[in-house]
Formats: sequence, structure tokens, C-alpha cells
Amino acid sequence: MPAAQAPAPHPLPPQPQPWDDHRIEVILGNLLRAGVLISAAVVLWGACIYLFRHGHEPADYRVFRGEPSEFRTIPGVIQSVISGRGRGLIQLGLLLLIATPIARVAFSIIGFAMERDRMYVAFTLIVLAILLYSLLGSGLGV
Amino acid sequence: MTILDFTAVVAIVSFVAGLLGSLTGLGGGVVLVPLLTIFFHVDIRYAIGASLVSVIATSSGAAAAYVKEGFSNIRIGMFLEIATTFGALLGAFLATRIPTSALAIIFGAVLLYSAYLSRKPRPLDQRNLPPDPLATKLRLNGSFPDLEGERSYNVQHVPTGFSLMFGAGALSGLLGIGSGAVKVLAMDQAMRIPFKVSTTTSNFMIGVTAAASAGVYLSRGYVDPGLAMPVMLGVLAGSLLGSRILVKAETKSLRLVFSVVILVLGLQMLYKGFWGKI
Repeated sequence: MPAAQAPAPHPLPPQPQPWDDHRIEVILGNLLRAGVLISAAVVLWGACIYLFRHGHEPADYRVFRGEPSEFRTIPGVIQSVISGRGRGLIQLGLLLLIATPIARVAFSIIGFAMERDRMYVAFTLIVLAILLYSLLGSGLGV
Repeated sequence: MTILDFTAVVAIVSFVAGLLGSLTGLGGGVVLVPLLTIFFHVDIRYAIGASLVSVIATSSGAAAAYVKEGFSNIRIGMFLEIATTFGALLGAFLATRIPTSALAIIFGAVLLYSAYLSRKPRPLDQRNLPPDPLATKLRLNGSFPDLEGERSYNVQHVPTGFSLMFGAGALSGLLGIGSGAVKVLAMDQAMRIPFKVSTTTSNFMIGVTAAASAGVYLSRGYVDPGLAMPVMLGVLAGSLLGSRILVKAETKSLRLVFSVVILVLGLQMLYKGFWGKI
């Protein structure tokens, strides 16, 4: 039995591109666009259900009442989506939309860490903390 | 008006606002709140909630296109976002406490200032500025591709710019707008960031800033799904179309028309605010 053929010498693997600012930005830019398109699709889907069911009722936004809790909190929105409400789906789409720039900030931490830029990892963490506080600390999470 | 008619008309108006805002570079959000409150008699708090959501959509939607050009500076963006998000959080909490007539007056003043700024020529980019020690320490200086090759720039007056961005964030959180006008003041005039870099970087920041106040608005019940839906979809579609035809369009006369619209809406908001009609 002939000896196993020696593997052909591999060509040099393509050098990974360095993690420069521009490459990180391109990835983040595409992430943002995908997030927006997904959330717009969810909003549109919810809009169809909402308009089909309530389209012929009178519209009135003159008086501010504040939204009911099912449209004000994350568990409320999820509950409302499960029960098949169009406006619940719209709110879910809007929550996804709000989450998109937050995801960008979170991913930037990885980018800065790969560049070993500790100062900017710290700055990004501060921004992320403010964003998460706004989203979860303002009563949206309950 | 039935919900169906209302949704259709608001979607069309939002589409036009998004298109004009993107073509002129003045942003669509700034005209939406006055249009909704003055012509559709929407309570200003609902209008602000819906507009804020659309601001995130436009910013994130345009980001991919802007990024490819390679002008934006993520370090400037992230550093200033500390100021804008903090300001936005404060602005959003303030918005839930001050009377709606005061909101209308502040809004009117911001509109008048935006109209004024849109008629003023941009300050010329100053080249070969000396490096500022603080900006160097924060690694804010950078370079971008220009006609003559890579052009580097040195950021100036960091504390002034940072404070102004806090104000821009607070206005964004208070009024549900991108506050591009104040950002221009901070980044172009104070920090002397080249025009191309500041425009693309501030677009990135607008979405993050708006997200910081959106949580507060949503949890306070300012974001009505029935109203935010046509506003968000309309503005997003309009601004995406606008960014595609931007190159071919004659924007000079459009800018004039749009700034007159902003001026008129600003006067209306002031009138309504002072006479308590809001």
C-alpha cells in the first residue's frame, strides 16, 4: 500500500484583515440596517392586524391618556403579542428598533477590546450603562 | 376621521418629511412634531414619542450607507455619546414634568434657530490646526479620504464641545428630535471637526442618543403604537429614498423651501405655547 500522499503545501491562509476602525464600522453599519429592516417588518405586520381590526373606528389623539401597561412594559408587550394583538406587535417592533443602536454600542466594546483600547472600552461601557438604565431602570422592565 | 384615513394621511406626511429632511440634511423629525400637533391636533406628548422613534429609524437606516464612505470617527462618536445619552436621559425625565406649553415654546425656539442655521453658510474647514493636548490624549484626532488623498485633522475645544453635546442630548430627549442644529454648533464650530466627518459621525450618534430617551418615553406611555407606526414607517421610507436620490437632486432651492417651512412651524409653535393653545 502506497504511503499516504503528502499533503500539498498549503498556500498561505489569507491574512485576516486588521481590526481597524473602518472594518468595525462597516460591520456595525450593516447590523444597524438589518435591525431597522427587521423592526420595520414587525411593525408593518402589526399594522396590518391593527388596521384590519380597528381601521374603521374614529382616530383621536387630542387628549393625552398615556398608554395602558400592556404597551408600556416589556412583559406587557410580550403578553400582548402572545394574545395576537396588532398594537402589541407594533410595540415589539419599536422595542427592536430601540434595541438596534444599543446593540451597536455593545458590539463596539468588542471592537475596542480587539484593538486593546482600554480607555474606549470604558467609555463604551458608560454609554451602555446609561442606555440600559433608560431601558430597564425606568420601569419598562416591570 | 377613521383610524385608517388618519394612518394613511400621517404616513404620507411623514414620508414627505423624511424625504425632505434627508435631501436637505436638516432632518425630518424636527417638522413632524409641529405638523402633528398643529394640523392633526395630536397631543404634543404623543407627537414627541412618535417622532423620537422615527429619529432612531432614520439614523440606523442611513448608517450603513454613511459608513462605507469612511468619514465617520467612532472615537469622537463614542466619547460624545457619553454626553448626549446622559443629556437625553435628563431631557426625557424633564419632559414628563414640565407643562406642554413650555415644551411648545422650547420647540418653537429650536425650530427658529434651525431655520436660521440652515441659511447660514457652513464655516470653512480650517486646516493644519495645532493638536490639542486633551484631544490627543482622548485619541480623537483622525484622518479621512479627501480629493488629495488622506487628510488628517486635529480636534479642538473638547470641553466646550462635550458640554454642548450634553445640551444637544437634553434637547433630543426633551423634544424627541435629533437636534442636528446643536450638534453642528458643537462639532463644526467648537471642535472644528471637518464637515464630512461631523455629519456622518453625528448621524451615528443620533440613534444612540434617541435610544437613551426612548426607554423613558415608552415606559411613561408616550409612545402610542397607532401613531408611531405610520410616523416611523413613513419617515424611514422617505429618508431611505432621499439618501438614494441625494446626488442628483437640486438641493439648494429645496433647502430654502424647507427652511421657510421650519420657520413658519417655529412661529406657530411659539404662538401656541404662549397663548396656551396646546
